[in-house]
Amino acid sequence: SLPKKERDSQTQTIIADIQKKITDAFEVFDHECNKTVDVREIGTIIRSLGCCPSESELHDLLAEVEEEEPTGYIRLEKFLPMMTKVLMERRYRPIPEDILLRAFEVLDENKCGHLTKEELVKYMTEEGEPFTQEEMEEMLSAAVDPETNTVRYRDYITMMVVDEN
Amino acid sequence: MRSHQGELEVSRKSLTIERDLWDQTFFSFMTVKKEFLTFKAAVLIQRWYRRYVARLEMRRRCTWRIFQSIEYSCEQDQIKLHNFFSYLMDHFTPSSSKERDFISRMLTEEESYKDTELEKLCDYESVEVLDSYTGPHLSFPLLPDHATALLEAFKQKQQLHAHYVLKLLHETRRHLMQLPNINHVSTCYSEEITIWEGFAVCPLLTLWHLTYFLFSYVFNGDFVDRGKQSVEILIILFAFLLVYPKEVHLNRGNHEDHMVNLRYGFTKEVMQKYKVHGKKILKMLQNVFCWLPLATLIDQKVLIVHGGVSDMTDLELLAKIQRHKFVSVLRGKKRKGKSRHMDSKVINGESPVGVDPPRSSSFPGSCLQPGLASTASRTELSQWVRQTVEEELEKCRRQVGFSETPGDKELTCVSSVTMTESELESCETSESSQGEWKQIVDLLWSDPMPQEGCKMNTVRGGGCYFGPDVTENILQKHSLQLLIRSHECKQEGYEFCHNRKVLTIFSASNYYEIGSNRGAYVKLGPDLVPHFVQYQANKTAHTLTLRQRISRVEESAFRALREKLFAHTSDLICAFKGYDQEETGTITLSDWATAVESVLHLGLPWRMLRPQLVHSTAGGLLEYKSWLDYLAVEQRSKEHIQSSLLETIYRNRSNLETIFRIIDSDHSGLISFEEFHQTWTLFSSHMNIELTDDGISDLARSIDFNKDGNIDFNEFLEAFRLIEHTHCDDKAALPTSDGC
Repeated sequence: SLPKKERDSQTQTIIADIQKKITDAFEVFDHECNKTVDVREIGTIIRSLGCCPSESELHDLLAEVEEEEPTGYIRLEKFLPMMTKVLMERRYRPIPEDILLRAFEVLDENKCGHLTKEELVKYMTEEGEPFTQEEMEEMLSAAVDPETNTVRYRDYITMMVVDEN
Repeated sequence: MRSHQGELEVSRKSLTIERDLWDQTFFSFMTVKKEFLTFKAAVLIQRWYRRYVARLEMRRRCTWRIFQSIEYSCEQDQIKLHNFFSYLMDHFTPSSSKERDFISRMLTEEESYKDTELEKLCDYESVEVLDSYTGPHLSFPLLPDHATALLEAFKQKQQLHAHYVLKLLHETRRHLMQLPNINHVSTCYSEEITIWEGFAVCPLLTLWHLTYFLFSYVFNGDFVDRGKQSVEILIILFAFLLVYPKEVHLNRGNHEDHMVNLRYGFTKEVMQKYKVHGKKILKMLQNVFCWLPLATLIDQKVLIVHGGVSDMTDLELLAKIQRHKFVSVLRGKKRKGKSRHMDSKVINGESPVGVDPPRSSSFPGSCLQPGLASTASRTELSQWVRQTVEEELEKCRRQVGFSETPGDKELTCVSSVTMTESELESCETSESSQGEWKQIVDLLWSDPMPQEGCKMNTVRGGGCYFGPDVTENILQKHSLQLLIRSHECKQEGYEFCHNRKVLTIFSASNYYEIGSNRGAYVKLGPDLVPHFVQYQANKTAHTLTLRQRISRVEESAFRALREKLFAHTSDLICAFKGYDQEETGTITLSDWATAVESVLHLGLPWRMLRPQLVHSTAGGLLEYKSWLDYLAVEQRSKEHIQSSLLETIYRNRSNLETIFRIIDSDHSGLISFEEFHQTWTLFSSHMNIELTDDGISDLARSIDFNKDGNIDFNEFLEAFRLIEHTHCDDKAALPTSDGC
């Protein structure tokens, strides 16, 4: 309903804001203050900007921004346009709570409302895109109810979601 | 179990097929096999969890940045405050000899006392140890048993009697006087050398019990102002230094400086623990700190200093300096109280062309001589004065050596006024001591930076930022292979930089907050290869989950950040209004971020921090006035203080505390009416307010709320607020040039 000129200028503003946001996040990891970050931190940056890619999707994104001959560093120059596009297109949206719950329910074969610690470990380290040991330990420390040694996943999800907000 | 590689292949293929459908309901594929479903569920959970962890990591980094930038800006405030006082002293003309004494007492460089004078001053013989004292007794020369007894006593939370503290400090000073500026340590003597910087008592105790002195130790400065047991740590360090002189080596850090201690809490700790004799102890300590060696050299190959180096650092020069001359590194060179003659322009009431509108700052300065106010127009004068104060502070900064250019010929006593002949003379002779002073301040205050070159350390306000090329030059010049330094908190307790030629070691774990960082120390054997030991000295830190640890530290950081934001409320409103041309009362979040950075200059990623600072927005727009009100609500104390003045108090609170302690030179925690009178004359002259003597006396009496003939710190704060209030009213009556 707005004339094209105003719509365009609005889009320009939106893009400019997005780019500032991306640059801020990038700079948090730019330790040498030379507009580069270690390639291993890219995943953290992308995820903290609101995206939720899987490991293989991340892999693809990285391929887009890496140098021809990989240096171990990613330059803001290449990262910015790629990330702007990702955010404008609203790709890799976060997972809604109810979908997450159903994923846990799939793993809960007996439909008893919880997973044992061993079951969770098995699924997370042997299925999908497996966790490292560190990742597994960290998840267990918050997810497992020490009294019953089980993961009451419904409560766990609620707690994590609240914490995020 | 399928191979990891194979799984990835499968997942990639399946995700490529299903990618567009991820956002749809999970169970739209009712015919899929169970294994596939399990697989997809697992990926979903893992994907979600990894994002969660990534966000935590981002929060952790941001929190870190907040703490660092606030800490450094505090240090900067400290230097600014000091420069301001120096400037005040240079320009305030005492109208009586009493005032002159007061000023020189406040800011004169302390001479290093001769032994006999010092013993008279800190006469420990007269400090009686009563029979009722149950703490440890020391006799000199100290034996290993004494040192162990001290450790035990402190573990039992006992306190060492002031008599023994003073004697210990005396002996320590005597020992330190024999040491060169640069300690030389050899790995031939002891198998291993361990290097620490700043620490809590816990790891220290464990260490000693474990090693029984098979090794040598280097303590790289900042023994105090870290936690509430600085006194005990110092005592133990000095005791072990005396018992094992060949094994223990100390370097001076920037906190081994009574001006810094005033701000950072060590002075307070001493006075709290030693109510009667604390003053003597502090005086003695000043003369112990200045005798601490400046650096340690291991096997002529590894240099250990507290801060860093600069492009001017010259080890040969450093070795020759009389280090004890520099009691406080913040002082700069010796300073004499001089009166200044005003520039003729000012006397005639002219103001220079293009005067900027007054910038708000904690202490707008003035350099009026009494009687001048009547000849010049007050408004113009105050405007001109504010501008020149900023320039003067900059000059003062350069004057005390925080300059970029080597061999700076900047004259001392710089101001926009004419100098007398005698002043010029004294400037030339102190140039060499200025160079010496710069050598020391560079060693104790500098930080490494990634870029090449060497520039002023504007964040700390002292020392330099030095680049990899500076490191390389120093190492080559003196045939060294490694520079070990401390001075900066590192999350893992240690960090390499400059091509692994510079190692930062930080031993105080949980420095900002429980869980904020680990501590580390480094061991060197004859091969001079560093080995690290990391720890986190708090049981709680271990039992918390990652999320809990981060949340806790984060809360602390954001509380500090909100305080800082609140303290700049009026500047922020000005900045926000700049983005709200149509006066809607709202701004975009992007503009919010830019505005906040332009006011606070903390270099923080505001857009990443926004969710924690700004909680309610309507359509991406922020109602800034109500946001600032929300900040104010948090800060309001239980006492009845007008909210509009809270801001000033908060911005000045830590500075005012420092000022109070400087004025309260006998550290009694109280200011007498006499001292108050002298102080107030000083403040009123720089703040361009006229008060009669009677007026000040009346003020003093009215401030002494409890009528005990003295003013304590809270009363002092209240007084300052009252004067600011009067000043603000006056300001409101004058026309201002800016739109705020």
